[in-house]
Amino acid sequence: MTRYNFQSMAELLRIAADEGLTLAGVVLRYQEDLEGKSREEVRRAMGERLAIMRAAARKGLHEDLSSPSGLVGGGGKLLEERRLAGQSLCATTTARAIALAMAIAEVNASMGRVVAAPTAGSCGILPGVLLALEAEKGLEEDLLIDGLFAAAGIGMVAAGQASLSGAALGCQAEIGVAAAMAAAAAVEMTGGDAVQAANAAGVALQGLMGLVCDPVGGLVEIPCVIRNATGAAHALVAADIALAGVQCYIPFDEIVAAMVQVGRALPPELRETGAGGIAACPTARKLARQMGIRDTHTHGAAPAEG
Amino acid sequence: MDAFQIIGPVMIGPSSSHTAGAVRIGRLARAILGEQPVRAEILLHGSFACTVRGHGTDRALVAGLLGFDVADERVREALELAPREGLEVTFGEKDLGDVHPNSVQLNLEGREGKVRVEASSLGGAQVVIKKIDAFEVEIYGDLPTLVAAYPDRPGVIAAVAALLAGVGVNIAGMRVSRREAGEQALMVVETDQAIPPGLVPAMRALPMMERVIQIDPV
Ligand code: SF4
Repeated sequence: MTRYNFQSMAELLRIAADEGLTLAGVVLRYQEDLEGKSREEVRRAMGERLAIMRAAARKGLHEDLSSPSGLVGGGGKLLEERRLAGQSLCATTTARAIALAMAIAEVNASMGRVVAAPTAGSCGILPGVLLALEAEKGLEEDLLIDGLFAAAGIGMVAAGQASLSGAALGCQAEIGVAAAMAAAAAVEMTGGDAVQAANAAGVALQGLMGLVCDPVGGLVEIPCVIRNATGAAHALVAADIALAGVQCYIPFDEIVAAMVQVGRALPPELRETGAGGIAACPTARKLARQMGIRDTHTHGAAPAEG
Repeated sequence: MDAFQIIGPVMIGPSSSHTAGAVRIGRLARAILGEQPVRAEILLHGSFACTVRGHGTDRALVAGLLGFDVADERVREALELAPREGLEVTFGEKDLGDVHPNSVQLNLEGREGKVRVEASSLGGAQVVIKKIDAFEVEIYGDLPTLVAAYPDRPGVIAAVAALLAGVGVNIAGMRVSRREAGEQALMVVETDQAIPPGLVPAMRALPMMERVIQIDPV
């Protein structure tokens, strides 16, 4: 196995310190060794994923989308219009990120092509943050690819120690981990070191600890699409907290372990069965019935893996 | 662990179980028929029937029958594209008995023949083919697979194993199902290596072999 192999954030940070690398630097070398490919080839493959993210963003912001249920679509566009009109309450980068993240999540809900990051249900957060920073800070494509590798490192550590499915551990494992990945990517792309990137991921995941998985009617729509926008803003906040040097105290590995404990303690109703949380609200049940979904309890054996 | 498992896969939304899994079921069923279907009756079991439309699973199943890939953007338009591709689709509900809740029966008709396939979507993009016509099978579609129908007589299994060994293909798993001893048998062989071009014709040439189909991983 490659000397860049890592099972935990502690190991990842040790390699980064020993070799004088950023988070992306370690993950990139690990991936080269794993595939037996050159740096250019591995970067190109990631660049292809970035291109698909860009295409999804374009589609979500400019086309009229609607999910098969008809419940979601067009939200990213509304946010973008508001931003362009100078009405957004968020600062520039955040305003862009939330529009992009929602638009991409809507592309997913309407059966468009996306890149799972780490899952399809949470696919808007990482590209939302990346593309917003690109536009606002004038970042080069190569830096965005670094950001994706840094994000991959966070996701790999989390996936090694926890499941990344809402059905297993709740939405904290999808939206929470996606926000952690995006926060680390933001730090990487704006010149932060590996420790700062890991801290940003930890801050983001702490902030979403315990988030339950409660999709209305079992569809990856409500509240999933909205959580992509709030998750993107959350990731940028976490990156700022880490870059400002605010002490995070709890190491990322311990936060992931806590997420596993919390996730296991969640009753099945709060793990993607569409039977608890937001999905159990009277209005949610009514919407589900209108869509012809009889009783979402029976959906229990059909995890959405959103 | 692979970085592209985290930043990826590239897929059609909204979720791996609802879209990718259903596309895979459709593709496997098409491979089992062995030709482009012209008619498909899709019968959904229990809870699958309640949720299938909202999730777009109906479109994904048909996309698979049309041979589309899981990341093909035409998946969304599959219901509209089917008639243009010469495929007539009908949907219905059917109680398939004591099966996984997300199960479906596909009655397919091509120009050459017809087949009935029962499959379940297990979560993630994992699927399993449970039945081909009256035979119980277990085909996951992630390894190259051969399905052979023949009258249940001694020697057929050994002959198939010898053919595979002769071309250096390792058997990953083999299962034979029969309705009754001495009657019709169905053999499912999963292999570690890709199935070389000459193998299926060689199997078909075995005495008593009635039907051999090759299913590439989807
Ligand atoms: S399906 Fe569950 S885990 Fe996935 S985004 Fe929706 S609420 Fe979160």
